[in-house]
Amino acid sequence: MSVPEKQPAAVAEHHGHHEEPFWKKYIFSQDHKVIGLQYGITALFFLMFGFCLMLLMRWQLAFPGKPVPLLGGLASMSRLFIYGALLILAIAAVYLLRGRATGAVRGLAVAVVTLASVFLFVTLVARLLSDANAPGGIILPEFYNQLGAMHGTIMVFLAVVPLLVGAFGNYVLPLQIGAPDMAFPKLNMASYWCYLPGGLVMLMSFFVPGGAANSGWTSYPPLSNIATQGQTWWLFGMVLLITSSLLGSVNFITTVFQLRAKGLSFMRLPFFCWAQLVTSFLLLLAFPPLEAAGILQLADRLLGTSFFMPSGLVVSGQVLDVAGGGSPLLWQHLFWFLAHPEVYVLILPAMGIVAEVIANNTRKPLWGYKAMVYATIFLGFMSFIVWAHHMFLTGMGTSISAFFQTTTMIISVPSVVILTALLISLWGGSIRFNTPMLFALAFLPMFGIGGLTGLPLGLAPSDIHLHDTYYVIGHFHYVVAPGTIFAIFAGIYYWFPKFTGRKMSEALGKLHFWPSLIAINCVFMPMFIQGLAGVSRRLYDGGQQYAHAQEVLHWNAFMSAGAYMLLLAQIPFIFNFFWSMRRGEKVGANPWQATTLEWAAAPSPPVAHGNFPQVPVVVRGPYEYSPPDEDVEFLPQHTPQQA
Amino acid sequence: MISDAKPDRQTWGLDHQFDSVDQQRESSFLGMWIFLVTEIMFFGGLFATYIVYRGQNTDGFVAGSHELDITLGAVNTAVLIGSSLTMALAVWAAQTDRRKATVWFILATILLGGVFLGVKVVEYGAKFEHHLVPGPEFHWPGPEKTESVQMFFNLYFLMTGLHALHMIIGIGILAVLAWLAWRGVFSASNHNLVEGVGLYWHFVDIVWIFLFPLLYLLGRSG
Repeated sequence: MSVPEKQPAAVAEHHGHHEEPFWKKYIFSQDHKVIGLQYGITALFFLMFGFCLMLLMRWQLAFPGKPVPLLGGLASMSRLFIYGALLILAIAAVYLLRGRATGAVRGLAVAVVTLASVFLFVTLVARLLSDANAPGGIILPEFYNQLGAMHGTIMVFLAVVPLLVGAFGNYVLPLQIGAPDMAFPKLNMASYWCYLPGGLVMLMSFFVPGGAANSGWTSYPPLSNIATQGQTWWLFGMVLLITSSLLGSVNFITTVFQLRAKGLSFMRLPFFCWAQLVTSFLLLLAFPPLEAAGILQLADRLLGTSFFMPSGLVVSGQVLDVAGGGSPLLWQHLFWFLAHPEVYVLILPAMGIVAEVIANNTRKPLWGYKAMVYATIFLGFMSFIVWAHHMFLTGMGTSISAFFQTTTMIISVPSVVILTALLISLWGGSIRFNTPMLFALAFLPMFGIGGLTGLPLGLAPSDIHLHDTYYVIGHFHYVVAPGTIFAIFAGIYYWFPKFTGRKMSEALGKLHFWPSLIAINCVFMPMFIQGLAGVSRRLYDGGQQYAHAQEVLHWNAFMSAGAYMLLLAQIPFIFNFFWSMRRGEKVGANPWQATTLEWAAAPSPPVAHGNFPQVPVVVRGPYEYSPPDEDVEFLPQHTPQQA
Repeated sequence: MISDAKPDRQTWGLDHQFDSVDQQRESSFLGMWIFLVTEIMFFGGLFATYIVYRGQNTDGFVAGSHELDITLGAVNTAVLIGSSLTMALAVWAAQTDRRKATVWFILATILLGGVFLGVKVVEYGAKFEHHLVPGPEFHWPGPEKTESVQMFFNLYFLMTGLHALHMIIGIGILAVLAWLAWRGVFSASNHNLVEGVGLYWHFVDIVWIFLFPLLYLLGRSG
């Protein structure tokens, strides 16, 4: 099969001899695969939690002033139940992890863990509806603001980016480039251990006096400067999350530059690796200025400076006693200097996942691979000079607006190049409609809608009408929810066999996909209608008090129904995910007949330390499916050409 | 090709993910440089803030910079440049495998860093006495707008404070480094850590080289 390759020292050294203690193997692990899974599990929890915050908001929007059903009773439940459930969960989990349980006892322990986890999660959400936030289950306006701010923060910084970069990037990238691990395993561990406390700080902030941050995920001052202490927690949490991302991107970039397998030139990298590399550069360059801005805002809140506090600010009819002289707009510039590249952080790795799945399931090379790579690099560069298109309404002048709307129109070109290349890649392929492929295929039109509806927002004249309406919410959710999150699902279904050695159920996968696709469109499509009618975002009552909103108000209940359908549609996925870990169909190293190294050269799951039984040497490009002059169906990247 | 990998790996201090000492060295420097890029962007955000507010409050910034002690600032600049020299000598000593010299030069760097921070404390103390610390106690008797002068001191304290924080972290790392060097961990083939920390220390010094003119000197002649 392959020429005798050198036995990697990594494997020779580590193979089989030492059994690491539990805490070192699973908790403070330095193995990129374990860290990737830690990231994945934690981020999926936050994805679900952020989703639940949205469900609470959607209840309030559809039925303003009506008490939230079911959860209300749990909110006032005694804490003893929670401690009890935690204790039972811990005992059952430790019992299971020791691995000695068998038969019926084991089944019982699994059932106990499942029930206790579900109970604790529901209780966590229910406890948000405390008397301070939602007396009698009726959501207060202040609490609604917390939900909005934290839904955005959690989804972007704690769910989607950690899934795309922390989980998939960490797990798959070293495997795809044929590396035994990341360049800096300790740094990788530190990255996760900055992320988790950052997330816990965000979660805890719901339970401090005044509740969590409530000034939007953008935290615009002066509102955020005078907000309750939840905002301080938000800033501390962000500093931790930013540090985590920076450590991660230092690691990713070094790894890609230094640890590629022999023969793996840059133009032989799978597109997923390119997407991760450019993403790392975006995080690297965009996050630190926000960290600086976050520290300035912390100083404003804690140390008595006034970087973002203007003079003579009147709050509730009284002039605020602050030194002033600061400019709230500076925050907006520093924030969007991060947050626009962040948009591409949210989409590029998703495109990377989709490209892998599409190439694999069309059984042909990606169309226009090089164009896609150059488009990605150009997109990364351009993403740094479009940020002020979020600020057309701040009165920055027509010439600056003209500059930013021009760059915004330019940046749409590489996005369209990538999308078109993926679309044309389907042409003439013998497509396998498995679950990952369905999600990847759905990504294309969904991201298309999200991207194209962004153009009117990038043009100053139309943006002035659409700014801060539901149209904006519809636009970016089409990019991130049925776009990126569908790509994440595609990635989970696609790489699950690599993580566990087992496939997820196809039937349940389809039961997850089709209802999700329908429901998610029911949630977001009407937002365009409401937004074009002029309904503002962030309205506590969904627009009931506004005359111009009356015509489109009936959509609120429809969208909320869509959201609850979407929740139901996730049940097959959650069940499938846990059930398939132990009961899924067992598969070999390469169940999808893929060409890239993580499938072709490593077992499932890969060797614990060092990934590969034999160090792969790469001899060809990433997507040699259905090679014309060969009698094989696909050629892995690393085997020598057959004579 | 590494045929007898195991003993060599240990003597070289080669981690399992690397094939060769060269690869490990290049990776560790590349990683350090990339990390410094994030630091440049971080201080870049602060410098951008400085530029914006200086443009809006030029009078206050000129008045504020006259309140800073230019002598102490200049002494500190010299001290820091001296510490960069000792740091470079420590790296050189590690490269040439001189254990004691490495330790002594690292300790000298720590000492100079400590002197810098001590002078900074004296300077901060004077600002407290003169009511020039932002907050309710801030008082400005001059003709310039109080908020303009205070904005200068907002930036002065935040930028020098974050710089000092980097120094404190650096001194902590240097202390560990000195201990490792004393134990003889480094050798001519394995001293990436010393060089990496050296890069960090030089970077922190360079930040000061920008801070000193921006805060102490600019507008001083006017």
